[in-house]
Amino acid sequence: MPKPKLNVPRKPTKNPETTTRQSVKAGARKAPRNAALVATTVAKKTRRTRSTAESETLPPEIAAWFTRRGWKPRPHQLALLDAARERRSTLLIAPTGAGKTLAGFLPSLISIHNGQKKKIGAGLFTLYISPLKALAADVERNLTHPIEEMGLKVRTETRTGDTSLARRQRQRVKPPHILLTTPEQVALLLSHPDAPYLFADLDTIILDELHALAASKRGDLLALDLARLRKLAPDVMTIGLSATVARPSELRGYLVPQTDPEAETRLAEIVTVKGGAKPVIEILEAENEIPWTGHTARYAMREVLEAIGRHKLSLIFVNTRMQAEFAFQELWRLNDDNLPIALHHGSLEAAQRKKVEAAMAAGKLRAVVATSTLDLGIDWGDVDLVIHLGAPKGASRLLQRIGRSNHRLDEPSQAILVPGNRFEVLECRAAQQAAEAGDQDATLSRSGALDVLAQHVLGMACQAPFDPHALFDEVRSALPYAGLTRTQFDRTVEFVSTGGYALKSYERFAKLRPAENGKLRVAHPRIVQQYRLNIGTIVDAPHLKVRLVSSRGGKKNIARIGGRVLGEIEEYFAEQLTPGDTFVFAGQVLRFEGIRDTEVFVSRAAAEDPMVPSYDGGKFPLSTHLAGRVRAMLANPSVWSALPNPVANWLELQTERSVVPAPDEVLIETFPRGNRHFLVAYPFEGRLAHQTLGMLLTRRLDRIGANPVGFVANDYALAVWARGDISNLISEGRLSLAKLFDEDMLGDDLDAWLAESALMKRTFRLAAVIAGLIERRHPGKVKSGRQVTISTDLIYDVLRRHDPGHLLLEAAWADAATGLLDIKRLGTFLSRIKERIRHQTLDHVSPLAVPVLLEIGVELVYGQDRDAILRDAADELIREATGDMRT
Amino acid sequence: MNMLKPERIGLDDFADQPVHVCGKAFVAHKSGALFWPAEQALIVSDLHLEKGSSYAAYGQMLPPYDTRETLQKLAALIDRYDPETVICLGDSLHDQGGAARMDAGDVESLRMLQEDRDWIWITGNHDPKIDRVLAGYVMPEIVVGGIALRHEPRPGARTHEIAGHFHPAARLVFHGTSLRRPCFVGNRLRLVMPAFGAFTGGLNILNAVFEPLFGDDGLDVWMLGHEGLYPVAPRLLRDD
Repeated sequence: MPKPKLNVPRKPTKNPETTTRQSVKAGARKAPRNAALVATTVAKKTRRTRSTAESETLPPEIAAWFTRRGWKPRPHQLALLDAARERRSTLLIAPTGAGKTLAGFLPSLISIHNGQKKKIGAGLFTLYISPLKALAADVERNLTHPIEEMGLKVRTETRTGDTSLARRQRQRVKPPHILLTTPEQVALLLSHPDAPYLFADLDTIILDELHALAASKRGDLLALDLARLRKLAPDVMTIGLSATVARPSELRGYLVPQTDPEAETRLAEIVTVKGGAKPVIEILEAENEIPWTGHTARYAMREVLEAIGRHKLSLIFVNTRMQAEFAFQELWRLNDDNLPIALHHGSLEAAQRKKVEAAMAAGKLRAVVATSTLDLGIDWGDVDLVIHLGAPKGASRLLQRIGRSNHRLDEPSQAILVPGNRFEVLECRAAQQAAEAGDQDATLSRSGALDVLAQHVLGMACQAPFDPHALFDEVRSALPYAGLTRTQFDRTVEFVSTGGYALKSYERFAKLRPAENGKLRVAHPRIVQQYRLNIGTIVDAPHLKVRLVSSRGGKKNIARIGGRVLGEIEEYFAEQLTPGDTFVFAGQVLRFEGIRDTEVFVSRAAAEDPMVPSYDGGKFPLSTHLAGRVRAMLANPSVWSALPNPVANWLELQTERSVVPAPDEVLIETFPRGNRHFLVAYPFEGRLAHQTLGMLLTRRLDRIGANPVGFVANDYALAVWARGDISNLISEGRLSLAKLFDEDMLGDDLDAWLAESALMKRTFRLAAVIAGLIERRHPGKVKSGRQVTISTDLIYDVLRRHDPGHLLLEAAWADAATGLLDIKRLGTFLSRIKERIRHQTLDHVSPLAVPVLLEIGVELVYGQDRDAILRDAADELIREATGDMRT
Repeated sequence: MNMLKPERIGLDDFADQPVHVCGKAFVAHKSGALFWPAEQALIVSDLHLEKGSSYAAYGQMLPPYDTRETLQKLAALIDRYDPETVICLGDSLHDQGGAARMDAGDVESLRMLQEDRDWIWITGNHDPKIDRVLAGYVMPEIVVGGIALRHEPRPGARTHEIAGHFHPAARLVFHGTSLRRPCFVGNRLRLVMPAFGAFTGGLNILNAVFEPLFGDDGLDVWMLGHEGLYPVAPRLLRDD
C-alpha cells in the first residue's frame, strides 16, 4: 500500500451533493488506544482536477447501458471510479437509494471488462463482504442483472454457510471474478493452505454496511482478515460502503493499514453523499390515552391499522420479538378488512421468512411487522411508510429504519413513531429532533477483542506456520488492534497454544509447536478441524426448534407425529415453561406441550388471550445521545406544551409534587409506599447500566443496614425498595447519597458482585466459545448428555479463584464494560453527577416514579438470589409434609 | 424478589443437615459430600481429578486447576468433620493417566489430607486401577454397617447401598423460574450421591437410567444450593 502522498482538500467538485476528501494524516500525534479519531486534514499539494468526461471514464458497453436506462452515472459513482484509478481506498457514505452498491462495484466491473491485469493466482478479482448472507444473495441478484444487460463477461458467485460443499471446494481452485460472501467465510478461506494462491490476484475488497460491522467482534475478525488479505495481495484496494455515521474517521481508519499506529492514524479517502429530502417523521397521537408503562403500543393499534390502510406497503418496526408477535396479533384482531399483514423476525423458520420476503417483493402485502432482521439494506419492495412501535432507542437506528422506505432520493421518506408510554413520548420527540438535525449516535470506539484475536491466531497457524514477529506487525496494522501490546499478543499466542495458564502444566499438549526459523505450526491436523468447526464470533444462546403437534391431551411423553417447524426459541425461555402454558409465537397462540431432544412441542391453543411471558430477545438500551435530549426536554417546561396533553399534565404534576431535575442533575426521590421504603433514581442511562447500578446500590444499602429487598430498572430510572426507612437514614445523616453514588462502587463492590453475576458468566461463555476454549454446540446435533459437557460457569468460577489474571477473564471483563453490564456508561454517569444529586424526600410516590414502579412484576426483578427459590421449594415440601397446604 | 438470607434470620450455618439413609443417620453437606458420624467417615463420589488435563491432551485447554479446586473443597470438609476415614466412591480420576499428570503440588496436598486417617479409593469405570502414587487402600466396594459403598448402583439388588456414578442433578421449576442443580437422590434402599469434582456436570434424575434404581417408590431429593442444601418435592421437578 503506498503511503498517502497528498493531503489536499480537493477543489470543490461540480456537484454540491458530493464531497470528497483526500487521504489524510491525523497529524503526527500519539494515538492513544481508543482515542476518538479526529480527522485533521493536512493539505499538501493539489491533485489533478477531474476533467475526464463520462464517456472517457466508462467503457462503451457500460456507458450505453446507462444511456439505455436514461440514467447518468452519479457524481459519487464517478468519484469512486476516480479514486479507484489512483488505487485509493475509499469510504462511501450515502443514504439508501443513492446507488451505493453499483458505485462500489463499478470500478471492478470496468477493470475486469478491460482485462488489464495479468493473472498470477486463481483469478479472484473482487471480494464483496457483507454482514448478512441474505444481503450477499440480494446483491448478487442486483448485480447479475446489470452485468447481463451490459453484456459483460464477469462471473459472480456467492459463498455462504448455505453454499454446497462441492461448490465451495471448487471456488477455492477456480473462483469467480467477483465473490460475494460474509466475514466468517473469508476467515475460513484464509485458514486454508491455498489462500496465497486464491487471493494473489485480489484487486478490490468491497465492505458493505460497514457501519453495522465495524464496531463489533465480527468487525474485529474482519479487520484481522483484511490485514491478512493485504499481506497476500499488497496492492489491494478497499471500498467501504456505509450509512451516515457520527464518526466516519473510525471507518476510514478501518479501511487502510495502520503502518505506524503510534505516530499517525491513517485514514482512507471519503466520499459523502448528502441525503436527499429530509424524512417526514410524525409522532402518533391516538384517541386512547397513552399508558404509563409498557412498550407494546396496544392503545394505538386502531390508528396504526388506519395508517396501513392509507399506504401501499408499510414496514412496522418493533424492538423485540415479543413485541413483534404481540403487534401482529393485535393488528389482526382489528383487521376487519383483511389487509394482508405479515410477520418477520429472526426466530421464524427460514422458509417462512423467505415466503414473506417474496410476497413483499411481489407487492402482495400491505404491511410487515419486523424486528431488526429487516434493518439492513435488503430491498424487498416498494415501502412507502415506516411505522415504529415503541421508541426507537437510538437516533441512528431510527434513520436506518426510516431509510427502508422510499428508495428514491428526491422524495421524503414517511415515518410514524408510536410511543409505548409517557416516557417514550419524550424519547420519540428526542429522536424526531435528532433526525431533523441529522444527528447520529456515536458508537464507542473499541479496541479489538482478545478472544477474537485468539481465534485468528489459530486460523493463521492452520494456514501455514507463522512467524510471531511478522504476525504481530500484521495484526497491529488493523485499526482495532493498532494499540495491541506485544505482551498482549504473546499472551494470546500462549493462550492458543496451551491455554495460557499461570500453572504451566500443558506444555506437552501444546497446540502450536516450533517449526523452522522460529515459526510456529499446528501440532496436529485435528486442531485444524476443530478450528473450522468453531469459527465465527456469533454465539447464539442455545436454541430449540418449535414444532407444531396436534393437541390430544392424554398422557404426556406420548410420541406425537411431528408437524411443521415454526421457528426457534431460546432454550432458557423454553425451560421455564410448564405444559399447558400458552404463549404467542409465529403469529399464533400456542400451548406448550413439552420438550423432546432439541425440539419444543407445541399445539394450537384455543385461548384468545395468551399469557405472554416476556421474552426479551433483542432489547436495545436507550442511546446516550437520545438520553441527553430527553433530559434537556424534561428540564425545559417551555417545550412541554408541544407534547400531548396527558404527558404535559404529567410533567406539570411532577413539578407540583416533586421537582424536575436540571439536565446535568440526577434526581433521587425517596418515599414510603405500602410497608416498604423506596429510592427512585433517574439517570436516563439505559436498562443495562441501570441494572448494574441497581445491583451495586442494593449491596451498599445492605451494608448500611437499610435492608433492601429488590429493585427494578427501565431505560430511564431505577427503583430500589427496602425494609429500612431510607428517607430517615438520610435525614439522620446515616446514609449519604453522595457516598452511595460514589464512583468507588465500581471497585470492590463491582468485583464482588461480578463473582456471582449471571450476566458476567454469560459474557464469559461468549468469550470462551469465540476464543476456542470450549467448543460450540452445533445446531441439529442432538444434545449430548449434560454430564459430559462442561459448563463454562464452572470454568469461570475456577479461573477466578486460581488464575484471576487470565486472558479470558480480561477479555470477558472488557466485553462486560461495554456490553451486558454497560459499566463504561455507568462510570461516565457517576462522574457526571458528582455533587449534582438532587434529593427529594416525599410522602407519596411521585408522578415521574409511576412508570418504573409499574414495571415491578412485569419486568424481571433483579437481585434475586437463586437459593431463595430453593428455600421456597423446601418450604413447600415442609408445608406438604405438615399437612398445611392452604397457603 | 430478594428473600431473607439465612444469616438474616439468625442461622449462620446452613451448610449441612441430617439425613437418613437406609435407616442410618448421616449428615449431607451442600458440597455434595456425606458424613457418617457413627463411623466417623466422610464419603465423596466422582471427583474426576485431572479432567481438565484430560481434555487438554485432546486440544481443549480447560483450566488445569480442577484438581486443586476439588482437593481444596475436600480439605475444607476434612477440617470441618475431622473424619477417621475418607471414602471416595469411584471415578476419582477422570482417566487412567490422570495420576501421572497430576501436579506435584497437588499430589503433595492429597498426601497431607491422607495423614492420620484411612483413605479408601473405591474403583470406578473411569479408574479401574489407582496409581500407587496416590496411596490409600483400593477396593471395588466396601460394606460398612450393612450398607454397601460402591461406584455404580446395582438396580434391583435388595441390599442397602450408597453409590455415585450417575452425577444426579435436578431441575426445579417453581415461581416461574427454572433452576438446575446437582442433588442427592435416594429412597429407603439406596442413595446416589452427586459428583463432587470441580468440572463435573449432572444427569437429570428424571432420566430413564434412574428408573430401575428407584422405580415408582418415591424419591427423596436434596438439591445443592450455594448456601445450603434443600429437600425438594419430586412433583416440582422437570426433565430437561
